[in-house]
Amino acid sequence: MNSKKSDRRGFLKGSAALAGLAVGAIPFANGKALAAVDQRTIKQSVTPDEPTIQDLLYGGRSSYETSVYRTPSPGAGLAQVGLRNLTPLQDSMGVITPAALHYVVARDLTLPNIDPRTHTFMIHGMVDRPLIFTLEELKRFPSVSRVHFLECTGNSGLYHYREWVEDRKKGRTDIYAIQGVHGRLSCSEWTGVPLSLLLKEAGVQKQAKWLIAEGNDIGRHAKSIPLAKAMDDIIVAYGQNGEALRREQGYPLRLVVPGFQGVNNVKFIRSIKVVDEPYYLRPEISAYTNLHPNGKASWYESQVGPKSLITFPSDAHHLPERGLYEISGIAWCGRGAIRRVEVSTDGGKTWKDARLQQPIFRKAWTRFLLGWNWNGTETQIMSRATNEYSDIQPTIMELAKLWGNQTTPPEPASEIASFWETAAISQFLNNPIQIWKVSQDGSIRDGTFSTFKMNPGLVR
Amino acid sequence: MRCTTFSRANFLLPMMALLACGAAMAQSPTYKLGRTPTEAEFREWDTVVGAKGKELPPGSGTSKEGAPIYAAQCAVCHGKNGEGVFPYRPLVGGIGTINTPTPKLTVGSYSPYATTIWDFINRAMPKYAPRTLSADDVYALTAFILAKNGIIKETDVMDKNSLLEVQMPNRNGFFPVPPQSVPDKDRSWFPYWNQAPGWKPAAK
Repeated sequence: MNSKKSDRRGFLKGSAALAGLAVGAIPFANGKALAAVDQRTIKQSVTPDEPTIQDLLYGGRSSYETSVYRTPSPGAGLAQVGLRNLTPLQDSMGVITPAALHYVVARDLTLPNIDPRTHTFMIHGMVDRPLIFTLEELKRFPSVSRVHFLECTGNSGLYHYREWVEDRKKGRTDIYAIQGVHGRLSCSEWTGVPLSLLLKEAGVQKQAKWLIAEGNDIGRHAKSIPLAKAMDDIIVAYGQNGEALRREQGYPLRLVVPGFQGVNNVKFIRSIKVVDEPYYLRPEISAYTNLHPNGKASWYESQVGPKSLITFPSDAHHLPERGLYEISGIAWCGRGAIRRVEVSTDGGKTWKDARLQQPIFRKAWTRFLLGWNWNGTETQIMSRATNEYSDIQPTIMELAKLWGNQTTPPEPASEIASFWETAAISQFLNNPIQIWKVSQDGSIRDGTFSTFKMNPGLVR
Repeated sequence: MRCTTFSRANFLLPMMALLACGAAMAQSPTYKLGRTPTEAEFREWDTVVGAKGKELPPGSGTSKEGAPIYAAQCAVCHGKNGEGVFPYRPLVGGIGTINTPTPKLTVGSYSPYATTIWDFINRAMPKYAPRTLSADDVYALTAFILAKNGIIKETDVMDKNSLLEVQMPNRNGFFPVPPQSVPDKDRSWFPYWNQAPGWKPAAK
C-alpha cells in the first residue's frame, strides 16, 4: 500500500515561508523549528545503506521506505498553532500505529522534555490519604497492557476539511484528505497502572464524583473527567507499543481514557484532584463544545461514536488497472467492541459484510478487509460500522438531522444539506460515513465533504 | 424448622462480618507505595480553579489596573482591545449572537463562568511565559476582559468573592448538565448520535 510519492522539499520550503510571515507578527512562533523537526525525523528514521552497529541498536526503516511520514496539520504552516502532526492512515496496516507515526496535537509551542527521575504523580482532593508517587513506584504496581485508539475531538471536522482545501489551493500537494481530515487518529498498545487502583490506594471519599487531571506541559493542560470512568478503565500509562512513551506522547507519564475524545488523555500527567463536580475549564466550555442552531451548546460529550474509514483505496492512492483489489480499513468506537463493518462498492445501493481481523479489542481499531473486483467504471466506495450495542455509524446527512434539528426529523434532504452549508462552527466528534469517489482513470477523491458548499465564515 | 433457620443465621453472620471486613479493607491501602505530599507540592499542584472558586487565592484588581498589563503582555496576540490577531480568536464581543446564524464566540459571549478566565490566565498565560503573573495581575486582567465585554464596570474590583458573583451572559447556554449520578459500567456517555427522537439509521 504505497501512497503516491510527493515533493516534500517543496512543502518544507512553503511552510518555512509561511512561518516566516508568522514570525514577523508573533515573536515566539518558531516556524523554523517545524521544518527542522521534520527533516531530522526523515534522517533519523532510516537505516543507512552501510549500517554501523549503532545504527542497528535502535533500528530505522529501509532507505527505500521514503513516503510514509506524519505530516503537519493543514493550516499548521503557520507554526503558532503549535505541534500538530497527523498519522498517515493511507499506509496503515493491522490495528497498531507505530509510536513514531502516532498523531500529535499539542497546544504548546515547544515540547516539554521531562526527567523521569524527578517526575511525580499526585492524587489529592477528596481522598483519605493524599499520595505522591515517583515513576519507579508506579512501575511496582500491578500493570496492564491494552490496545486503545486515541482520536482528537476535531478529527474529521468541517474545519479541517476546509483547511485542507485551502492548503491545496496554496500548492500544498503532499497531503491527502485521508490524512489531513482524518489523521488525528491512531491506535496503540498502552502499558501502565489502572487509575482505579491508585485511587483506591488513596481512599476516594463518598461525595467524590469527578477528577481534575492536570499535566506538566507548558500550558498545564487540565480536564475534568467523571470519576466513574476512572473506576472503569482509565490507565496511567508509561508505555506505548512495547517501549517508553515518546516525548510527544507525554513522556514519561500520561492518561489513557479509552473511547473518550483525545482532550481527556492528559499528557505529562502530574496531578489528579478528586472533586465533587466538573470544574468548567477552558477545554470544556470554549472549544470541545458543539453549538447547535438553536443557540444551545452541548458539552461533556466525551464518547466517540461508531466510526469507520476505508484506508485503501483512498484519495492517497491510484488504481492502475481494473481487476482485484483488497479494500482495507479501520473501524472503531468509544463504546464497546466493533461487531460488524459493511462495505458498499456501488454508492450505497448494496452492502457486503467485511472480514474483521481477530482478535477484536474493545475501544480500539478493528481492521476490516474485503476483496473487490473493480470493473473500471466510475463508482463510490464506503464503509459503515456497527458496535456490539447495535449503534450504527450515520451518514453526514443523518448527522445533520441529529445536530441541526433534533426535534422534528425527518427534514427534507435540501434543508439537511443547508445545515452543513450554513454551519458556523465545526462540529466535534464527527463520525459520518466517508465516501470515496473512484473515477474511470483510477483516481480517487472525497465524496462526503465535497458534496456541499461550506460556510466561508466557519470557525473551528 | 426453627433449628434450620437458626443454623443458617449462624452461617450467615460470620459471612456478613467477613464482607464488612472486606469493605473496610478496600478503604485502607494495599500496596503501601508513595508518600504524603509536602506543603510545597500542594501549593504548586493544587491551583486549578473550578466554578465554585475554592482554590482562588487572596488578591484583587480592577479593569483599570489590568489595562497596562494587558497592553504589555497580551495585546500582541489578542489585539489592543481584545479583537484578536489572526489566528487567535477575539476575547471581546459577540454577546447576543450565539443563537444567530453568525455566532461570534468569545469568552464574553460564550463562557458560562468567569472563573474559567481566571484559571486559564493563571496557569497558561502569557503563552510565552506562563505562571509569571501575580494573583493581583490575574484578577486585574480578568476584570479588564470582563469590562471590555461590558459585563462589569471598569471600576469593579475583582477578588475571590466578587469573581463568583459575575453573571456571564451565556450562563444557561449549555446542555446537558453533567450527570451527578454514577453511570453503569460501559453505558453510553452522552451518545448524541443515537439520542435524537425518531432518528433511524440508514436503511439496510
